[in-house]
Amino acid sequence: MEETIQIAVIDREDQKHDIIIPLDIDLNLMEVCKAEGLPVEGTCGGMALCSTCHCYIQSNHILRQASDAEEDMLDQAFDVLENSRLGCQIKISSELNGLVVKLAPESL
Amino acid sequence: MIETDILIIGAGPTGLFTVFEAGLLKLKCHLIDALPQPGGQLTEIYPKKPIYDIPGFPEVLAGDLVKNLMEQIEIFKPGFTLGERAETIEKLEDGKFLVTTNRGTKHKAPIIAIAGGLGSFEPRKPPIENISAFEERGVEYMVRDPEMFAEKKIVISGGGDSALDWTIYLADLADEITLVHRRQGFRGAPDSVQKVKELDAAEKINLITEAQVTGVSGETALEQVVIRKNNGDLIEKKTDFFIPLFGLSPKLGPIANWGLHLEKNAILVDTFDYQTNIPGIFAIGDINTYPGKLKLILCGFHEATLMCQSAYKIINPEKKLSFKYTTVTGIKGIES
Ligand SMILES: Cc1cc2nc3c(=O)[nH]c(=O)nc-3n(C[C@H](O)[C@H](O)[C@H](O)COP(=O)(O)OP(=O)(O)OC[C@H]3O[C@@H](n4cnc5c(N)ncnc54)[C@H](O)[C@@H]3O)c2cc1C
Repeated sequence: MEETIQIAVIDREDQKHDIIIPLDIDLNLMEVCKAEGLPVEGTCGGMALCSTCHCYIQSNHILRQASDAEEDMLDQAFDVLENSRLGCQIKISSELNGLVVKLAPESL
Repeated sequence: MIETDILIIGAGPTGLFTVFEAGLLKLKCHLIDALPQPGGQLTEIYPKKPIYDIPGFPEVLAGDLVKNLMEQIEIFKPGFTLGERAETIEKLEDGKFLVTTNRGTKHKAPIIAIAGGLGSFEPRKPPIENISAFEERGVEYMVRDPEMFAEKKIVISGGGDSALDWTIYLADLADEITLVHRRQGFRGAPDSVQKVKELDAAEKINLITEAQVTGVSGETALEQVVIRKNNGDLIEKKTDFFIPLFGLSPKLGPIANWGLHLEKNAILVDTFDYQTNIPGIFAIGDINTYPGKLKLILCGFHEATLMCQSAYKIINPEKKLSFKYTTVTGIKGIES
């Protein structure tokens, strides 16, 4: 049986989306949101070169620290908080089961 | 009034290569781009990244590809209207189109090639309540004319090169300047970061880090911004100008209202020649869509090539176009 995890993404209207993600394909959180049809642009394709997948980690999962490149790009985002991350830099893995993330506001 | 054969909206790779293919058919081109430099996403988002899927180039930096394209089209002497956004389109009595930019520059051509990519690169606007009410009344998203800030109070926010460079530049000119940034580190060039720290130490500027601007207010024009520190403290600051500098992002913009058939923010085209529902207006590259569309540079090049064949036939209905390889004929420039 293929291995999966479940996460919750809260959209900008505070709607919660439970998503089941297979672990056998190499996905990141931005790609998962796009595949689910959530309003995440992912303009740069996942290279931490835009900030359209800015989100907040709301559960207590310990993630790998943001790289300098990710921090630099977060500078272009708004309402950046301590728990801010770029979705494209978060690789889906079994440790992320139960993750709760919220999409950050978009620029006007 | 600028007159040309093919007016290209967007100077990304697709728009640039269109000049080459048009030039082989002796058609003249002029390009409009909202950015101050050609290259589209390649120069704006990833100039230093290697691309691996350009045929014949095992590896090429995005910035170098644009440089090469510029060199390749130079012989055809394209015109450029840079730093302006194509705003409106009108069909004239003689059948030609008139495209006017946000700065009022007028362009006339029988053929329009929309190569607008993901859209026109525009400054990102912070989602602050009421901010749009103060645009051009104290809120500026770019510095066009530094003199307007002379002897004024200014709040800049952002952490990249443009935020740092303008803080440094305006420090001498302005009455008071405050730079607000979300963290202590800056992503800008180390020299500029050093200079900003020195200016702060010398009390020539106010540097407020681990903070962001969260509110704007004023009677008719901007009078005050609210700065929220990450620890929750609020600072109210009197100011004449607020300049948020958070980079650029692409927005489809005015083209959405040109009467073209759209699907999910992309222009629907016929894959025979990438013409839109309006005869004479073509859409090529990332901006178009059709069954099987892929947003790739090489696909944009192909679309531009086929499009030029149809453009030629529209411009020269009586002439027969015989297809020739560049190896046979070489390339001859266009007299300007
Ligand atoms: C990080 C990243 C990596 C990529 N890697 C690859 C890769 O490896 N291989 C590949 O093939 N592709 C890659 N791509 C995709 C590739 O960059 C695009 O397919 C390509 O840029 C499309 O070119 P274009 O000329 O159609 O549009 P763009 O490059 O988007 O250029 C469009 C231009 O039109 C301008 N414009 C739009 N509307 C207006 C208007 N109304 N007025 C004035 N100007 C306007 C914009 O300002 C912009 O400069 C990548 C993209 C990104 C972001």
